Amino acid sequence: MKPAAKFFKDILKGDKSAVARAITIVENDSDYTLLKKLFPFSGRAYYIGITGPPGAGKSTLVNAIAKLFLKRKKRIGIIAVDPTSPFSGGALLGDRVRMADLALNKNVFIRSMASRGSLGGLAKKTKDAALVLDAAGMDYILIETIGVGQVELDIAQVCDTTLVVLVPESGDSIQAMKAGLLEIGDIIVVNKGDREGCERLIMELKFAFDLRNQLPGWSYPIVKTIATEGYGIEQVVSRIEAHQAYLNKTGKFEVLRKEHLFSRINELIEEKIKNKLRRRLKSQPELKKIIDDIYSRRRNPFDVAENLLKDSGIVP
Amino acid sequence: MDKKIRVLVAKPGLDGHDRGAKVVAAALRDAGMEVIYTGLHQSPESIVEAAIQEDVDVIGLSILSGAHMTIFPKVLSLLKKKNAQKIIVIGGGIIPADDMKKLKKKGVKKLFGPGAPTTEIITWLKENVKPGKKKRAQTRKKNNKGL
Ligand SMILES: Nc1nc2c(ncn2[C@@H]2O[C@H](COP(=O)(O)OP(=O)(O)OP(=O)(O)O)[C@@H](O)[C@H]2O)c(=O)[nH]1
Ligand SMILES: [Mg+2]
Repeated sequence: MKPAAKFFKDILKGDKSAVARAITIVENDSDYTLLKKLFPFSGRAYYIGITGPPGAGKSTLVNAIAKLFLKRKKRIGIIAVDPTSPFSGGALLGDRVRMADLALNKNVFIRSMASRGSLGGLAKKTKDAALVLDAAGMDYILIETIGVGQVELDIAQVCDTTLVVLVPESGDSIQAMKAGLLEIGDIIVVNKGDREGCERLIMELKFAFDLRNQLPGWSYPIVKTIATEGYGIEQVVSRIEAHQAYLNKTGKFEVLRKEHLFSRINELIEEKIKNKLRRRLKSQPELKKIIDDIYSRRRNPFDVAENLLKDSGIVP
Repeated sequence: MDKKIRVLVAKPGLDGHDRGAKVVAAALRDAGMEVIYTGLHQSPESIVEAAIQEDVDVIGLSILSGAHMTIFPKVLSLLKKKNAQKIIVIGGGIIPADDMKKLKKKGVKKLFGPGAPTTEIITWLKENVKPGKKKRAQTRKKNNKGL
């Protein structure tokens, strides 16, 4: 067998080295050859997003949830995203520290990803990596992100069920609402249930959800957990399964997945156009002069942008 | 596109301090690298498994417990067994000169003393590691032609 064919087979088999290399390829290259080949084999995994403020216990929770799934003989892929430092471009990816229990399990694959700034298309890269894990035969894909920015919220778009993890320390429910966190959550997990203020937060959240339009058939459960002790995890998992059943029963699963595919196409187009235009802009021989002109108000950014678009042939 | 040096920093063995490892991890991040930090008490098996899944270019081990003569060789042999010997292994800690020589012979690429400034580690990594190059060369068919 040719090396490329063997590599491809190994990915589908779930061989860890091959899967790891495949993720590196899709993370670094803007060439879609591999993804195109893998795509027909994807679509079987169930995607679960875990998001919430820094330090809420997301990784600890992922670890506990994964352990429960493992008991049921499932294969788990985990993607843990941490922010890239905007100053150095480097990143410290520390989520594995909380997942030591899973390190040697043959049915778990964990990958840490750095956000690499929104310009790199974090949401897209994460989805690409998840596609690799999906094609590699994972039953569940857990994606951990810090829920603070739009990009992170975008990742929730690839997920079938999204857990929003809150803790008493992360402020009141109003803050979570403002951050748009509550909107994306199908299940709200109040973690660090051993800490003070937990009951109050749950009350507030219940109130907030009463105000929100409930969906017929789904009532946004709020689950209290102590992730470090495994408390409440069974319930989280049974809520996830209930959500999955709800999506299937109502036909929403297919609708949701189709919406995801639509935004995927959108994203891919946007990325190509953006890159192309950025390159074009950067390679403008008179860029410096153009910007000087704009600076001194001899030209305006609106015309410059429009002309550039026209020249590119993308917009007539 | 954007290629970063990926380094796994681990603290194997039983001693309970990872301050040094954390300082190094943070310094490497500040130098623009992606650092996967795996925490305390890691076994060679879990270090190698994590390094493979994370597809890192380098494993950096901090060992103060005196167990370097067992841990480094174990990591190297596991990497070999998993056909991942392309991952560079480096380390830091209190290691006698004699042992250093032996470990280098076995395949540890570089060892830093306990007081080595982080800049020295960064310089070495930047000079000696080409992110992802070798590992992907076999599978990439053509270079990006762009649009
Ligand atoms: N008291 C208490 N501590 C917890 C609980 N769950 C997690 N922790 C602790 O909270 C800290 C952060 O946990 P992580 O799982 O790393 O949190 P995270 O949300 O993944 O953090 P980031 O990825 O850095 O945003 C750790 O010290 C955990 O041990 C809990 O239920 N109760
Ligand atoms: Mg985490």
